[in-house]
Parts: sequence; structure tokens; C-alpha cells
Amino acid sequence: MSDIALEVKDLVKSFSLDGGTINAVDRVSFQVRFGEFVALVGPSGSGKTTMLSILAALLSPTSGQVLIDGQDLAKMPEKDRVKLRREKIGFTFQANNLIPYLSARENVEFMLRLNNRLDHASRIRSDELLSRLGLADRLHNLPAQMSGGQQQRVAIARALIHNPALVLADEPTASLDTERAFQVVETFANLIHENGRAGIIVTHDLRMCQYVDRVLQMQDGKLVRIYETKKEIKELATAAVH
Amino acid sequence: MNSVFIATYLAIKEVFRNRGRFFMVALVIALITVLVLFIAALGEGLSDANRQYVANLDAQLIVFLEKSDYSITASRLETNTVKAVRRVEGVADAGPIYTSNSEIVSLPEPLKISMLGVEAGKPGMPTLLDGRYFRGGEAREAVMDVGVAQRTNLQIGDTIEIRSTQGTEDEFFTLTIVGLVDKQAYFFQPTIFIPPSTWELMRPQPEADLSSDTPYPNIVAVKLQDPTQVEEMKSRLVERVPNIEVADIETTINNIPGYTAQQGTVQTQGAFTLLIGILVIGGFFQIQVLQKVPQIGVLKAIGSSNFVVGLSAVIQIIIVTAIGVGIGATLNYLFSLGLPPTIPLAFNGTRSILAIFLLLFIGPLGGMVSIIYAVRIEPLKALRLG
Repeated sequence: MSDIALEVKDLVKSFSLDGGTINAVDRVSFQVRFGEFVALVGPSGSGKTTMLSILAALLSPTSGQVLIDGQDLAKMPEKDRVKLRREKIGFTFQANNLIPYLSARENVEFMLRLNNRLDHASRIRSDELLSRLGLADRLHNLPAQMSGGQQQRVAIARALIHNPALVLADEPTASLDTERAFQVVETFANLIHENGRAGIIVTHDLRMCQYVDRVLQMQDGKLVRIYETKKEIKELATAAVH
Repeated sequence: MNSVFIATYLAIKEVFRNRGRFFMVALVIALITVLVLFIAALGEGLSDANRQYVANLDAQLIVFLEKSDYSITASRLETNTVKAVRRVEGVADAGPIYTSNSEIVSLPEPLKISMLGVEAGKPGMPTLLDGRYFRGGEAREAVMDVGVAQRTNLQIGDTIEIRSTQGTEDEFFTLTIVGLVDKQAYFFQPTIFIPPSTWELMRPQPEADLSSDTPYPNIVAVKLQDPTQVEEMKSRLVERVPNIEVADIETTINNIPGYTAQQGTVQTQGAFTLLIGILVIGGFFQIQVLQKVPQIGVLKAIGSSNFVVGLSAVIQIIIVTAIGVGIGATLNYLFSLGLPPTIPLAFNGTRSILAIFLLLFIGPLGGMVSIIYAVRIEPLKALRLG
């Protein structure tokens, strides 16, 4: 079995604008291995969100390949994309992450229901994961009864509970204070590493890069730089603090 | 199968966790239900009051005077028509029916009634609920619709006094109640049945008719040997018996004066109420879906199919509609217990049952636009990623 969870090859996404065409993602290639946590950074309009939408199988690329756990989603019909999202991808969003009428436990278990994998053992695992995220006393709380940080942690648990190949996080710290933001990303990184999943976090906040293994920097739709060594990443995160 | 289970799970959880909001929607549906069922019951009640006697006749055909346009009041047959009809091959039996209005004056409140002259044991005479048939001649006996008995507390053995205008004078006649029949209202009035000779004596009549003792039937009820041969027998009767026209029971009912117009009005009211219900429920669920766009986006983004999202919305609407209709039907039932029998409402009629089915249907129908909208929501846009 390959240790590559995600492979992006010559990915292009074009949009028509004012009679012309712009490439929101322009010939981007990279790989993410199982157990690796990667940050996707760049200024607004750099193509991060478009890239994330393609990786989440929510948007079709114009050309190129996206292989998630060996499956090329560029050629998939919509029905198979839905299945892929359900089975192979975990997702956390900036806001409105959780189903408001399901409790913390039910939100996490919902991914197991969707995959028809809810049983006694998986229920215990779900509770353990929530406890690990510091939510043992919030299992029966509805999202409206939890803070933003707690909701993000429930979303992280939901993204990981069904052991997806790829976990995507879109600005998960956008609505959190600094302390909470660091806690959430650190926990996220630890769980990605421990569970051997591939994780990609999209963030504006370069300080969060201290918890990732690689940083992919995008600009004008292109992948302009990859920070791979711990030294490079630390310098990037430290520069953001100052 | 898992998709159906997940859709049901989501629908029940959402309704339960937002029970206050959904209960308010259910209450609106309940109020629409009360209104629709009330109109349906009114339609059924008015219909019964108008046609019940004719609809319950033990006959398949009705003989009218030729060119009377199947109008019972306009038809006045010759006395020998009944015998001629009975002689036609395929006729099992025939009975003359004499119609007029009268008023019971021996009650604290005078009661207008339909006074029908019929022959005991012949088509036209309803089956007895209690007591016995009347005797003719000087006996002055009557069989009464149980509707009259309910309104007046009259019982078998009681006597009633009838007022009848004979020429220019009011005459008063006494009748003894000897039997009861059920569901025999005619022309919006409860009914009493008397023998033809008694009817001729007691019916309101102009000065010119006073010299005659011969009753002329308005119509003849015809019971066929083979009830499936209605069309053939219509033609045969018209051929063999002079100066008549023949109609089946449905045509006769539809030609009762005002019946079709009245039912058309009531049914139009009912249809408009249902339409309003569809629009109101549709509006509610559309607003609800608009409020849930990001939530539906999340559901789809994490791998819920359109089928799950759509079915969940359908189940939710069905649950809320069923609760609303249940509350409305219960309120209607309680309401009906307090109504006096004089109000022509029939809550147990087929129209009420039909109305309940229609009401259960209008929820999903009204919510159809919102369901389609929910299914078409693109997660990318819902989550503002696109």
C-alpha cells in the first residue's frame, strides 16, 4: 500500500471573468503522505480556497489529477464524489460546522451513521475522542450550548472519527482567540500524527504553521514555495509573531 | 436502506430539538384542518339534508312526468302510472312518492318538515329503525325520521299536530307516531312518512284541489330485478309507459333544486381553503430551508446525498403535517360533540375522511418547492467556498 494519501498533478482550475479566463489554480503539483500535516498559506485571492474545494471533491478541476488514496476524483461522477467525501475525507469549516440540532456526541457519531459503521465499539471510540479533546462533560450539549473553540473541537472529532485518508480544515481558527486557536491546531496536529491521516490546514495565520510538517505557499494560483525543514517553518511562524 | 434511516433520524432529531417552533407550525396546520374539516362537514351535512331520502331509496330508477326536467316538485304523475310501471318486464317493484311540506305545531317551537306520502313496504318507504309501519284509512299514523325525534324529544306512541293550509283556511290534523326511520332528511327538512290517502287529506292544497280525494304521486321509485340493467330499463320504461321520463338516482339528486349550486359553492370554499393551506405551509417550510442553507451545505459537504437531504425534508414535513392534522381533527371532534343536531354538520362523512387525506397531502405538496430548493443547494455556495 502506498504511503501517499493525496497526490495533486498539474492541477488547473479556470474561471471565466469579464470575457476572459483566469486560473485560480495554475499547474499545481504536490503530495501529502499519511501521517503528514501540511499548511496551505497565501494571501487572499491566492487560490487556497479553490484548491481546498477541489481537494474536498466539491469542485471539479479544469485539468490535472487529484488522487485521494489512489482514487482520481477528477474523473468521478457526482454520486461517487459524494461517497468519496463520506468515506475518504474529513472536513472542518470556518463556521457553521456542526448540525445545530445534534449534540456533540451525535454530531461525531453522524459520520459513523453516514458510513454505516456505528456500533458499540465505534461509540466508545467517539466518546474517547471527544474526551481527548476536552469535551467529556459536553457530550450531550447542543452546538448552541458550546463555545466556538468547543464547537471546532467537536468538528475535528467528526472529521477524524471515520478514519478518512485526508482531513481538510478551512481556517479552523478564524473565529477563535489566540490561545484557543493554538490549542485547537495543536490538538489537530497531534491527532493527525497519531492516527496516521493526511491533514491539510488552510490558514491566514502563519503562527499556526509551527504545528505542521510542511507549508505550501500559494500566490496568484501558483504554488510558489514549499517550506519543508523545521528551521524554515519555525522562521516563517516566528516572523508572523513579530 | 441506510439512507432512509439517516433521513428519518435527521428529521426526527430536528423536529424534536426544535419542538417549540415546529409545534407552532403544526398549530397553524391544525387551524387549517379545523377550517377544512368544518367546510367538509358542512358540505356533507347540507348534502345529506338535501338528498338523504333520495340517496337512501331502495330503488335504482325514478319515474317523472314527461318534460318535468327530472324535478320532483315539477313532476305530477297520473294515478295509474304506478300500475303501468309495475307491469313492465324487469321491474321488481315500484312505489309512488307524494311530496309536500308541512309544520308540526304541537311543539314549543313549530318545526317545518317534509311530509312524504308513501306505500308501506314499497320502494319509497324506508326500512324501519324502530316500531311498525303506519296503517291507512282513519288510523292517522305516521313514521318519523329519527332526526325529527332528536330535535323534538318525540317518541313512538306520541301524537303530533300538523298545520296545513287548505284553500284559504288553516286546518289542523293529529297523527300518532308508530315507527322511526333513520337518515331520511329531504330538502333540508326532517321527514315524516304517511299513507297516500292521509297525505292527500293533510297536504297543503289550493281551493281548486279540495274537491278531489285522489292523490297524484310526484314520482315513482322503481326497484329493478337486475340492478345492473339501469340504462336498458330506462329506455324500456319510457317506451312502455306513456308521458314519463326516467332518471337514475344520481341524476335525480343533481336535479334537486339548488343541490348542484350549493355543493359547488361548498366544494369551491373547501378547495380554496386547501390552496391557502398549501401556500401557508409552503411559505413556512421555504423560510425554514432558507434559514438552514449553511447547515444543508455542511450535510452535503461531509457526504450526505441529495436523497438523504430531500427525504429528510419530506419526512419532517410529513411529521409536522400529521401532528397538525391530528390536533385539528381532534379539535373538530370535540367541537362536534358540543353542536346541536339542528346544525347540518356531518363530521363522520366520506368528505371528512377525504379532507383528512388531502390535508396530509398538502404538507408535502406545499413543502415541495422548499424540498427541491434544499436538494439543489450547492455545498460550495452554502459554505461560501465558491
